[in-house]
Amino acid sequence: MFWDFEWTFQIMPDLLSGLWATVQITVIAYLMALALGLAIAIVRRVPIIGSLLHFVMEFIRTTPLIIQLVFVFLLAPSTVSGMTVGILVLGVHYSSYTAEVYRSGIEGVSKGQWEAARALSLPTTRTWGAIVLPQAIRKVIPALGNYLIAMFKDTPLLFAIGVAELLTEAQRVGSADFRIVEAFTVVGFLFLLVSIPSAIVIRRLEKRYAAV
Amino acid sequence: MEQIEFLIERLPRFLDGAWVTVQLTLGGSALAFVLAMVFGIMGTAGHWLPRAVSTVYVEVFRGIAALVLMFWMAYALPVATGFQLDDMFAAILALGLNVGAYGAEVVRSAINAVPRAQVEATVALNLSWFQRMRLVVVPQAWAQMLPTFGNLVIELMKATAVAYLIGVADLAAVAQQLREATGETVVAYSGALVLYYLIAQVLILGMRLLERRANRKLGRVTPGGGGPLSLLRPPSVGTRVGVAK
Repeated sequence: MFWDFEWTFQIMPDLLSGLWATVQITVIAYLMALALGLAIAIVRRVPIIGSLLHFVMEFIRTTPLIIQLVFVFLLAPSTVSGMTVGILVLGVHYSSYTAEVYRSGIEGVSKGQWEAARALSLPTTRTWGAIVLPQAIRKVIPALGNYLIAMFKDTPLLFAIGVAELLTEAQRVGSADFRIVEAFTVVGFLFLLVSIPSAIVIRRLEKRYAAV
Repeated sequence: MEQIEFLIERLPRFLDGAWVTVQLTLGGSALAFVLAMVFGIMGTAGHWLPRAVSTVYVEVFRGIAALVLMFWMAYALPVATGFQLDDMFAAILALGLNVGAYGAEVVRSAINAVPRAQVEATVALNLSWFQRMRLVVVPQAWAQMLPTFGNLVIELMKATAVAYLIGVADLAAVAQQLREATGETVVAYSGALVLYYLIAQVLILGMRLLERRANRKLGRVTPGGGGPLSLLRPPSVGTRVGVAK
């Protein structure tokens, strides 16, 4: 019998603490990606700075996250923890995606809305805050939600910079006791345990918002 | 200047790594494409059994991160079954299975989006199921799949970089080795990032060419307009953002 159930239960606390770290990292980095992405989507409409920013974001989006993680981790002063680097890089990387999502939402707001805001001589902040963004963001909620799941599934990459997330913990306890099969299989199941329910939630969100 | 000399001196090493990355990308894409087509078409079947098989495949392999799959195949599989996969093969298998699951959803929804009347016409013409798929349904769905497939290919290319963690000598591994050997962190990693960026640009261009061809075959005007310059602009106006992941 190559599967040791008793051992599997023994390592569960370690793995669950890894999962908890994973969830924390995902949530903080996601909030960052949401805010930064929105800022980028708005600044991108400024003529010259916008195109420059577009190029930078395109570069970030088409190069591997893991290299960015390791690169920034190596350059960062040693006082900065891997966890901080991980959250920052994940947040910036995903903001290059969320910026595109916001952009498509903003472009989806019809021209008449802009014109009406202008005709009422609303200040820019009100035009964006009260007219454009509420309509734009509502439409892209499901797409944004997809990136939460995607980000969650990218957190194992933090393994490369030694953050004690789920995969790192599994590797640690698994190789200490020569029980790699159980450790990695449980990791797979834990991932499914989180990502399948969240996929169902996203599908609900799609039904609720995308049809508007 | 020193850094540039360093980079030029090491260029062959970088190119070797880039070639492995390209191989991983092409191998993974080929596997993902086949899996996406098979499970995507199964997902549109009338009978519940193929549909259930397709759903299970999609949810399982989409739900597990490619790196976790890769680790499982490289480290857990040999212990559990006694088979040791080649590192490169394990990486391609993990990437293909993972991205194939995303692709299957794309194929399924593209086929379902083909107008019902088209399918009814094939029934009226007494075409077999195979003829219907090959001559009518897939060519129309194909044009719709391609923009999202383009995104997925880029995602897959980026995901190949994790293969260095199981010992594949790709571009990421070259960057790491150069850094360890010389201590030139910035040059080693920037060089790798630029090469990844260039590979991505080539892939994007190739996918746009494919997209154009698919649209032309259906007698549609390419959304970006004609001429070689239009290839530099994103062609698909109606591409849904955020479906790729």
